[in-house]
Amino acid sequence: MSMGEKRTVYMDHSATTYVRKDVLDAMIPYFTEHFGNPSSIYHLAGDSKKAIDTARAQAAKALGAEPDEVYFTSCGSESDNWAIKGIAYANGKKGNHIITTKIEHHAVIHTCEYLAKEGFEITYLPVDKYGLVDPTELERAITDKTILITIMYANNEIGTIEPIAELGAIARKHRIPFHTDAVQAIGNVPIDVKAQNIDLLSLSAHKFYGPKGVGVLYIRKGTKIDNLIHGGGQERRRRAGTENIAGIVGLGKAIELATADIEGHNKRIRALRDRLLSGIMAKIPHAYLNGHPEKRLPGNINISFEFIEGESMLLWLDDEGICASTGSACTSGSLEPSHVLLATGLPVEISHGSLRLTLGDANTDADVDFVLEELPKVVSRLREMSPLYKGKKEGGCNVQ
Amino acid sequence: MYSDKVMDHFKHPRNVGEIENADGVGEVGNPVCGDIMNIYLKIENNVITDAKFKTFGCGAAIASSSMATELVRGKTLEEAWEVSNKAVAEALEGLPPIKMHCSVLAEEGIHKAINAYRKKQGLPLWEEKNPHSHDEDGEGATCQH
Repeated sequence: MSMGEKRTVYMDHSATTYVRKDVLDAMIPYFTEHFGNPSSIYHLAGDSKKAIDTARAQAAKALGAEPDEVYFTSCGSESDNWAIKGIAYANGKKGNHIITTKIEHHAVIHTCEYLAKEGFEITYLPVDKYGLVDPTELERAITDKTILITIMYANNEIGTIEPIAELGAIARKHRIPFHTDAVQAIGNVPIDVKAQNIDLLSLSAHKFYGPKGVGVLYIRKGTKIDNLIHGGGQERRRRAGTENIAGIVGLGKAIELATADIEGHNKRIRALRDRLLSGIMAKIPHAYLNGHPEKRLPGNINISFEFIEGESMLLWLDDEGICASTGSACTSGSLEPSHVLLATGLPVEISHGSLRLTLGDANTDADVDFVLEELPKVVSRLREMSPLYKGKKEGGCNVQ
Repeated sequence: MYSDKVMDHFKHPRNVGEIENADGVGEVGNPVCGDIMNIYLKIENNVITDAKFKTFGCGAAIASSSMATELVRGKTLEEAWEVSNKAVAEALEGLPPIKMHCSVLAEEGIHKAINAYRKKQGLPLWEEKNPHSHDEDGEGATCQH
């Protein structure tokens, strides 16, 4: 960093990640040299087809699945839409009841809301104050009309990791297809679709240092599901559309790297995260951690600061070069704060003051020090002008 | 997303603070909606000689408070009453549609502070436009709390 150049500290890895250099290097030849349409019969097509097979095997290995259970899609949202609508429409004769939770990503919640308008019944399971789903609540919600259970692996806002194996076992016991949106989990949690009783799983490459615009839906062999994208015979006639070859190659390489040493990666990220978290808690009063203290993604911090609003925090942090996000309404285009924070029982006014910092591979100890230096200044600057902060000042003396 | 003017007033807010023994105080907004504005006015001979604010809210809410207090300083109460939310938004070189309610809050805060003064003086109250609401000519969203 040269003198006067503004420093950028990126702590929004749950929103998206950069593409790793070795992932990009693996992708490039598939834009320029091996660009053939895999559906064609000449030799160029063969290169593309082979590359897709390799990526499929890499993704399958990372999930403990078989390669022919892996289907490439355009993103996590498409995977979620396909899983939910595909299962709902294929099993409409059997029943019309879907179970999900109150803290899902909008790709799941809005898809369920769409299906509710089509006559499906949706149960939104509550969560506890940490954002955890109670398996006994799931079992209680099951009826003889239930055709799908969809519960996220790890929450994108508060980082809470759900008891997926246990929830999957309940679904299995009742012979109900179990889908999990694992978009945030890949590379952070060891996943084994067989051992964890997962029938369908969504993931997206740009959350683990792969490119944007490519995802996977894992579908267990024998699962009854309709197609979402109709057209040509790609992906074994399950998902039409010419393959995004370079993207698929990038996904394969990225998932291989992200799952090669999950424990080692987590240890490093968690150490940085824990130092940042305890530093914030020590320096800033009236701050509350959202999500579970232990069962959370290694890079996730979500904190509510009383008496201030999230968007103004983000603007000031951005001014210092720090990229973060918030669950405040004021950045969402609506006036309701995060549905996830509200589902954990956090009061609305405190939900407005939430800050999410998600650490990733490029973050360093210097980044943590920088945030620990700047964040307390931002919070106290905003508190000084907040009418809610009156009389809450701590420590110092108020004598004029 | 914000104009340079909004960012200027957000980063360098004018008139932050409280006025001790203010002649009129207007408290508007709701923490549930994510914004609260307190406007403090010092009034001498029907002229606003000082205006200050304290605000809990987003960038647009802080910038609107700052601009509104700037606009009413030195004005007679009649002139200050005519400072509309649109005038605040225009002086800020525009606000995103979803943030227009922040300028409405500023207008309401000024109105409430002026009426608080008039009440103290035993003068008849002027009619406030949208009492107890965040509505803004159908633009953007409305907080129902």
